[in-house]
Amino acid sequence: MNKIIKFTLVLLSTLGLILGTTSTSFSKVEGDKIILGAAVSLTGKYSTNGKHTQNGYNLAVKRINEKGGVKVGGKTYKFDIIYYDDESNAGRAAQLAERLIKQDGVKYMLGPYSSGLTKAIAPITEENKIPMVEANGASRSLFTKGYKYLFAVLSPANQYLEVAIDLAVEKNGGKGVKIAMAFEQDAFSQDVRLGVIDAAERTGSEIIIDDKLPKELNDMAATLAKVKATNPDVLALSGHSKGALTAIRQISEMQVDVKMLAMTHCDASKLAKQHGKKSEYALCAAQWHKTLTYEDEFFGNGIKYDKDFNAEYGYAPPYQAAESSAALLVWKDAFERANSTDTEKVRDALAKTDMQTFYGNIKFGSGGQNTAKPMVLFQVRCEGDTCENKVVAPTKWASAKLVHPIPKWSER
Amino acid sequence: MDLLIFQVPILMVQASMDGLLLGILFALIAYGMALQWGVMNIINIAQGELVILGGYIAYTMYTMGIHPAFGVIVAPIIMFFIGWLLYKLVIYRVVDRDLFISILATFGISILTQQLMNFIFGADVVVAQSNFGTTMFFEGLVTLPNAKIFSAVVSVIFAIGLVIYMRKSKLGRAIRATAQNARAAKILGVDTEKVYAATFGINAALCGVAGSLISITFTLHPYVGLPYTVRSFMIVIVAGLGNLPGVALSGMGLGVFEEFADYILGTEFRIGAVFILLVLILVYRRFALSRKREYLK
Repeated sequence: MNKIIKFTLVLLSTLGLILGTTSTSFSKVEGDKIILGAAVSLTGKYSTNGKHTQNGYNLAVKRINEKGGVKVGGKTYKFDIIYYDDESNAGRAAQLAERLIKQDGVKYMLGPYSSGLTKAIAPITEENKIPMVEANGASRSLFTKGYKYLFAVLSPANQYLEVAIDLAVEKNGGKGVKIAMAFEQDAFSQDVRLGVIDAAERTGSEIIIDDKLPKELNDMAATLAKVKATNPDVLALSGHSKGALTAIRQISEMQVDVKMLAMTHCDASKLAKQHGKKSEYALCAAQWHKTLTYEDEFFGNGIKYDKDFNAEYGYAPPYQAAESSAALLVWKDAFERANSTDTEKVRDALAKTDMQTFYGNIKFGSGGQNTAKPMVLFQVRCEGDTCENKVVAPTKWASAKLVHPIPKWSER
Repeated sequence: MDLLIFQVPILMVQASMDGLLLGILFALIAYGMALQWGVMNIINIAQGELVILGGYIAYTMYTMGIHPAFGVIVAPIIMFFIGWLLYKLVIYRVVDRDLFISILATFGISILTQQLMNFIFGADVVVAQSNFGTTMFFEGLVTLPNAKIFSAVVSVIFAIGLVIYMRKSKLGRAIRATAQNARAAKILGVDTEKVYAATFGINAALCGVAGSLISITFTLHPYVGLPYTVRSFMIVIVAGLGNLPGVALSGMGLGVFEEFADYILGTEFRIGAVFILLVLILVYRRFALSRKREYLK
């Protein structure tokens, strides 16, 4: 009996070894397929958003292939993506990028989820001169390193809350406002903070509280007590989903009254659903909202994208999915304009991108960031017990009027 | 350096109250850790994950339409059995081994629990709503969320209940005997295996209570367990092993210290400040103990 087990074990491990070492090596273009590579977080702490990213990519691949694929040099190609799970771990993401490029022979990359993981992968794609179109790394530092092969379809992080400060100043009759802010100590949130500081300098506003929240922190009570004592016009917060949910919980518990509450990650944290009426009037920055009126030939517009995505995956697409889909549209456009599969030619075509997608206009600046698309702000509004995000800025797309100042807790 | 708290002295009341309420909750978690550390000589790295798992039990009840506060009754019962099971599967193999092995084993449990929670409950940050409202003092200048008051009261009840149980019950006496000298207890007829399993179960149950309370006061996520482990570890270190009133005191003390550090040094230094205090306390105790020529038990 023991011998049989041993024999099977040896057999299995030999088989594993053979399969492991001789796996078919993909090249950039195989037959009628253009192969893209992506490391996304399917497990670990980013797995929810990693899944949104993957679904966004897949939906766009399906749609582009259905609508005739990519036409390069008189031949029609279809997109295909090799995925690896980066386990939400930057070191693992970097390893997988190496593997995609060196072992699988991938010549075109899609980005992972989050600024941190994109930062880990970018040096590798850069070194190997592999163009990468990413949709989920917004940190400003990605665009100041002079990367030539990195292209981001989303607006950089420092733009997230700038619009909100401008709006508050506008509502204050053009005069500067008093700003209290608390940002988590991570790359993304600190970039959002820099944007707010820029906006404050530009508008002559004064920053009266500037708290940096440790990543491990679950409690904002001290920051909020300071806010209560100093009475600022704007409270600006960013700390991913945990920060958004903690903030709303404690703001409502401590009944903190401010004229404007500006934050990030409201949709990622399902704020309106989890906190209901407590989250009402929170102003949130987002890359995209389905009611924006951008159009393209693949998805139509945001409303149609929302419907198609819902039919395919059974939930409404968060902006993380929409921007990921947009990345594929950028790739298709670049391949066709380059009319070649040569990485250098495709890179040059990517750099000259100037197009509209259902997600927004896309045009890359010198650092690779998208300079053509403004951020949108929405405000949580409730009717009865159901709360929804309504776009309030830019005014061109506003579906509701901004409520300013926020009614006091005692009057709600 | 921020002097706001001195300009607006009412903030001192707020800071003290917030710190106390936070500290009591942490003390409950530390209490479980001290118990099993003292009895079994195991430092449980998975403490925070057990807390979060307890929180998810309360959260699951909440999604089924039951008030999450009832989690403080249901979660400890389920967690006790999970703890018992963990003992029978893993911990009993490492009880008599050196500390390093037990740290590795519980570290493994913590990774496994994180991933399982991620798998079962998803990676979203979630909260359970208690809708308990807020108590206000000084015309709304000092606010105390009732959920936090509830947490502190429940924590105190469980802590006192456990102290009485340890004094009066047969199992409690067996646990204390085993903590003092496992070999002697065994010779006198105490089934130490059973005592160990029960101790690990009781610790898990305490984590379950704390987790349910955290689901209504803070947020839940499969990967936020570590801060709870670290905090309870620090509280136990400061209090010293086997010093249960000390655990309560050091929990509250560190909570208040942390809040004041936040106001005076800035939020970014609050956790750093606690660690510096920990180092100072350890250095002081090192000298104090060497003068007394005694050793930590």
